Amino acid sequence: MPLSTPLAVEGLTKLYDPVTALRDVSFEARPGRVTGFLGPNGAGKTSTLRILLGLNRPTAGTATIAGVPYRELPTPMARVGGSLSSDVFHPARSGRAHLIAVSLAGGIPRSRVDIVLEQVGLTHAARRAVGGYSLGMRQRLGLAGALLGDPDALVLDEPINGLDPDGIRWMRGFLRALADEGRTVLLSSHVLSEVQQTVDDVVVIRHGRIVFDGPLSTLEAGTAQVRVDAIDRAALAAALTTAGARVEPGEHGMLVSGLDAARTGEVARDAGLALTHLSDEGDGLESIFLALTSDEEAAA
Amino acid sequence: MSAPSRPTTVSLPAALGRAIASELSKVFSLKAWWLLGLVLVIYVAVTAAGLAFFLSDLGAQLGAAGPGAPELDPVVTANLVYSSVTAVGLVIPLLFGALLATTEYRHRTLTPTVLAQPRRGIVLAAKAVVALLMGALYGILGLIGSVGVGAPVLAAVGEQTALDEPEVLVLLARTLLATALWSLLGLGLGALLTSQIAAIVIVLAFTQFVEPILRLIAGISETTAAIARFLPGAATDALVGAGILSSLGALDPSVPQASTDALLWWQGGLVLAGLASALVLAAAFTTLRRDVE
Repeated sequence: MPLSTPLAVEGLTKLYDPVTALRDVSFEARPGRVTGFLGPNGAGKTSTLRILLGLNRPTAGTATIAGVPYRELPTPMARVGGSLSSDVFHPARSGRAHLIAVSLAGGIPRSRVDIVLEQVGLTHAARRAVGGYSLGMRQRLGLAGALLGDPDALVLDEPINGLDPDGIRWMRGFLRALADEGRTVLLSSHVLSEVQQTVDDVVVIRHGRIVFDGPLSTLEAGTAQVRVDAIDRAALAAALTTAGARVEPGEHGMLVSGLDAARTGEVARDAGLALTHLSDEGDGLESIFLALTSDEEAAA
Repeated sequence: MSAPSRPTTVSLPAALGRAIASELSKVFSLKAWWLLGLVLVIYVAVTAAGLAFFLSDLGAQLGAAGPGAPELDPVVTANLVYSSVTAVGLVIPLLFGALLATTEYRHRTLTPTVLAQPRRGIVLAAKAVVALLMGALYGILGLIGSVGVGAPVLAAVGEQTALDEPEVLVLLARTLLATALWSLLGLGLGALLTSQIAAIVIVLAFTQFVEPILRLIAGISETTAAIARFLPGAATDALVGAGILSSLGALDPSVPQASTDALLWWQGGLVLAGLASALVLAAAFTTLRRDVE
């Protein structure tokens, strides 16, 4: 049974002269849940995670593992496992030798090395030089390193990147199982759809600022969009607004959020309005994510 | 329900011990350490054999010059042959130390290293211990080349091997100290530069060209000669008690002695240890504190 280990960043600011990479970033990843840390490339995801794991220093703010900064954890690998890049291995060293060196430094029993290799499905390639590994295999090796200390929390930067479809399915199930055991899982991605089936909570970062923080369900609730048009647009907009929807003018009519297509049709019927168009814009989550992370201020 | 135990503290010696074990496992899981060792043994053996032939020939010429001609001191001759390690081989432990630091940057392995041990001072201290240990190992390998080949050649050409002379045994022991300190010097240089290419270029250029030339031209005045005694190579000659550049006078008493006294052996050792420590400490307070990329 893992120890309850929330991961928290508070008021993180990081200045890379002359740009500000992070501005007052705060959020928490909770035990037993998979938290997706999402945003486009360059938004500040990796900077935040590197500060959380003590690799980089923030200009201001704090980052803690169950209330303690990473650098002050006595055996950090037993508390939180991190994999921040698939490009941190000596190409001539075998995957197994890499894990042995890490386990020695972290005070982790040697027996864990073969266990984690088995867990990530890398046993067959363990004695080969990492230089011959595919990107997916290096992702697995990074995950194996993170798992060495049987940690209470995991921090993974773009763990899906480079995996084949089988690998993605495996990774989703694996992370889900770890969270179900009570561990904290924080993973980053620049593509929401990659992790949509895995995450419970979502934190969205854009230009170094948090623009959304909440359960995935909250994000989804506000996302279903319906495109609708009528002969009397003004009357339809008024009726829909009265019914609690948010209405924006769009191409070919207007975009409705907050109501699904069926409910939108009912509202029009009840108001006695004839529709000329009604369509479900499908999964609006990705478009909301794109809107959240796009450069147009209106999206925020 | 019992919560799993998590250590609340790890003592400094325990953490250092773990870091040293990890660093050693990293060294021995790659080929570089023994490739460097192989180059060292061959390079030193060839140099020692060449010196033994040259000195034996020089002795024969002096003997043929007739009675009254100066004679070669067998201990000085033997020491010069055995000191091939420090005369030509120091570049190997220096390179090893530099690679010990710069490989972490070149292949970005500093990330997993610092994740496993976030107290970076412990990581650097462990690398310093490993640099000293491996440097001493290169000293042993170097002596296998210089004594293992030099002594049989000396015996074959009719010279004394002098291996029972205390002065020679002292030189062999201090050779290990010299190679250990040069390895630490390389670590400090590498940790400060972080760039592997820059470290290799500087190591090769300094040991093969810059310092030998500086030592030669420093003889033009007493002031420069006094300063040149503190160059790492000169300090090493003082430490081990022999060197091609500094032993020519001792070899042939007809050569006038340099007017500037060489450093004492322990002064030479302190110069090397001080320089190496200064570089390592400088790295600890600068490059090591940076963000890990």
